[in-house]
Amino acid sequence: MATANFRIWRGDSESGGFEDYSTEIDEGMVVLDAVHQIQAESAPDLAVRWNCKAGKCGSCSAEVNGHPKLMCMTRMSDLPEDETITIEPMKAFPTIRDLVTDVSWNFEAKMKIKPFKPRKPDDEDGTWRMDQDDIERVQEFRKCIECFLCQDVCHVLREHDLHEEFIGPRLMVHNAALEMHPLDTEDRLGDLKEDQGIGYCNITKCCTHVCPEEITITDNAIIPLKERVVGEFYDPLNRLLRIFKSKDSDEPA
Amino acid sequence: MAEYQSHEHDVLVIGAGGAGLRAAIEASAAGVSVGLVCKSLLGKAHTVMAEGGVAAALANVDDRDGWSVHFADTMRGGQYLSNWRMAELHAREAPDRVRELEAWGALFDRTTDGRILQRNFGGHKYPRLAHVGDRTGLEMIRTLQDYGIHQGMEVYMEHAIVALLKDGDRVVGAFGYDRERGRFRVFRAKAVILATGGIGRAFKITSNSWEYTGDGHGLAYDAGAALLDMEFVQFHPTGMVWPPSVRGILVTEGVRGEGGILTNSEGNRFMFDDIPDLYKNSTADSPEEGWIYTQGDKEARRPPELLTRDHVARCIVREIREGRGSPHNGVYLDISWIREKLSNAEEHIKRKLPSMYHQFKQLADIDITKEAMEVGPTTHYVMGGVLVDADTQMSTVPGLFAAGECAAGLHGANRLGGNSLSDLLVFGQRAGKYAAEYARENGDGAIDDGQVEAAVGETLAPFDREQSGENPFEIQYELQERMQELVGIVRNEGDMQRALEVIDDLRQRAGKVSVVGNREYNPGWHTALDLKFLLIVSEAVARAALERKESRGAHFREDYEEKDEAFGSLNITQHKGSDGEMVINRVPVTPLREDLAAIIEENK
Repeated sequence: MATANFRIWRGDSESGGFEDYSTEIDEGMVVLDAVHQIQAESAPDLAVRWNCKAGKCGSCSAEVNGHPKLMCMTRMSDLPEDETITIEPMKAFPTIRDLVTDVSWNFEAKMKIKPFKPRKPDDEDGTWRMDQDDIERVQEFRKCIECFLCQDVCHVLREHDLHEEFIGPRLMVHNAALEMHPLDTEDRLGDLKEDQGIGYCNITKCCTHVCPEEITITDNAIIPLKERVVGEFYDPLNRLLRIFKSKDSDEPA
Repeated sequence: MAEYQSHEHDVLVIGAGGAGLRAAIEASAAGVSVGLVCKSLLGKAHTVMAEGGVAAALANVDDRDGWSVHFADTMRGGQYLSNWRMAELHAREAPDRVRELEAWGALFDRTTDGRILQRNFGGHKYPRLAHVGDRTGLEMIRTLQDYGIHQGMEVYMEHAIVALLKDGDRVVGAFGYDRERGRFRVFRAKAVILATGGIGRAFKITSNSWEYTGDGHGLAYDAGAALLDMEFVQFHPTGMVWPPSVRGILVTEGVRGEGGILTNSEGNRFMFDDIPDLYKNSTADSPEEGWIYTQGDKEARRPPELLTRDHVARCIVREIREGRGSPHNGVYLDISWIREKLSNAEEHIKRKLPSMYHQFKQLADIDITKEAMEVGPTTHYVMGGVLVDADTQMSTVPGLFAAGECAAGLHGANRLGGNSLSDLLVFGQRAGKYAAEYARENGDGAIDDGQVEAAVGETLAPFDREQSGENPFEIQYELQERMQELVGIVRNEGDMQRALEVIDDLRQRAGKVSVVGNREYNPGWHTALDLKFLLIVSEAVARAALERKESRGAHFREDYEEKDEAFGSLNITQHKGSDGEMVINRVPVTPLREDLAAIIEENK
């Protein structure tokens, strides 16, 4: 057992600042355990969002010593000993209270992405056939636990506050999961280019580095989507085809 | 008059895990207006933690499977205390419910011919669990979430419900608050569906998240509904035991389904030592037979590690009690041994059990591809819950429905792994359908202000008391500690009588809880409000467990170690009596329909 010292941000949307706490640390404890202990011992109204405490639900996102982390998967023993540990809320979202931020924007932005639209079933019993090889790419994206740490670290959202123009890495991954789904027939490339601002991403890969699920967000999701957008809208042959297509659709049926 | 915001819906669904989402989708599809209340953010509910898979007799891997085999397996697993009509509906409808998820975007792992892959699990005769590695729950909840948000339902994230509102006998709404700001809400609804999950937080060692405080059980009980089978609490045999802070976190049964073995400190594979009569014919008699079973050999019988959860948990407790446990009071679960059998074992384990690999690596410094895990039982699931009609999921109170873990009937004395995810889908769909129908056939109810005022008063009481009152966290910890010790995996009369005294005392203390701060996202306040339901479910479990003077399924009494035939044909129900006391009834099990009895006979 050793005592650890913490600076935890306390406050609401109007004002706030760091407060000091200390608590005893047992073997194997994670940062969320320490926060809970502080809550029970000395700060019962210390607000923290959490659920599963097993890295599966993505609720307890915060910035620990300046790094976006899931508090439940950050072990105390991995942090520098004898140093005060700083915990603060995610910066890319408005604060509600203490470590809890208002992440509702992510849910609203997701609503705007066109939902899954499967092709007709392959079999008469209404089922489809898919090879494991063909779904593995999408299964990687579907590991996402929506912790929004990638959104938090993305400079387009964090520094430039372009939430209206850019949907952020999490929702790029969501788009990629839909676009690369073997059964999906929807076209989201126009939306990605226009409303969802895929061009804002300049591939700094910060999102990939913080992903607790180790999804290769930039390389596997965003870059292929960028390529598809480029192929669709900037490839000369495609541009020509699109002109014909739009003419066709102007014709009365 | 207290200030509150009102919302009106035809159907109000409380809880947004698999059952709640599926119910909300179905009710929306029926064209009624739906409100969906989640205690946390959407998509974070406990379903997210389900790992191994969803049980459905798709027969993609073994064409001998079918609904009748699944039915027989479920009844056997539940020690014949399940509601057979629910077990029938569940087995018949689960395949459609799973295929429907695929149509909504779910991507299950595939067979070589491109269909949904299924894996072995305890108590299931054939490979039956559709899965995605070991993160099936996440795939399910995300699929339902992403499909559901486009079906027109109104979602209330981070809202907690503290009381149901009634018009005479009928439930016509709910009162609650939003956790973020602490503002009060009155939801008016023609029908209400409870889908709040379980009660794991009444125990110290649990795989359940903070949300599992028995809200639906408590709400229903307070509204006059009957509870059923509350003595049956499933202790999952394999939870993490070390380090202390992760104690209880689930280790999926999938580890054993993929060939993982249980051993004690002497290196003995102890599961071979005690095989129950019901399963003698279907259990392997050598390690080699067990291994080839897990690798898909259709002639082989399953290894004893894949016996039902109640039995495996008890064997583990026996090993620990008799001094053959691991250093941290568990036993060993080893998947790394398959290196002897497979040349690409490391890669294979990481692909089949990625979350487990990750979880142990990150939280316990254990590489499961190279060494054994230490595991022990953890409170996982409550078979008991709101007594419902098998077809419609309506409780004994008109207008009040329940589905998923907070409802009871399907699992009897013990739930089979994988039957929970299918339960959510099958009965979530039914609850949504019949609640919508009920809402169409019944007009608006009237809610008198007195009920709302009383709920407001109760909710604000912890702020009104003197600040030197009881600490809500301390009461919760003490309840968890004592329930674990006195009403846990091994029970007896004296302990449980003591538990009732403890619960009574804690209830007095809970009445003196005070909280600091304001109503914005205040965990002390939230914990104080959770105590009421935790105490109700704790009392219900203890009283039902006292009443059942035998050992059956998940309920084990050291003072009545054997099964008692008389108890084998009755269920225990509980409801709130006219002067507020808990009334217990013994209800005879309805005799099986003839055709179903024949199915059970054929599958013996």
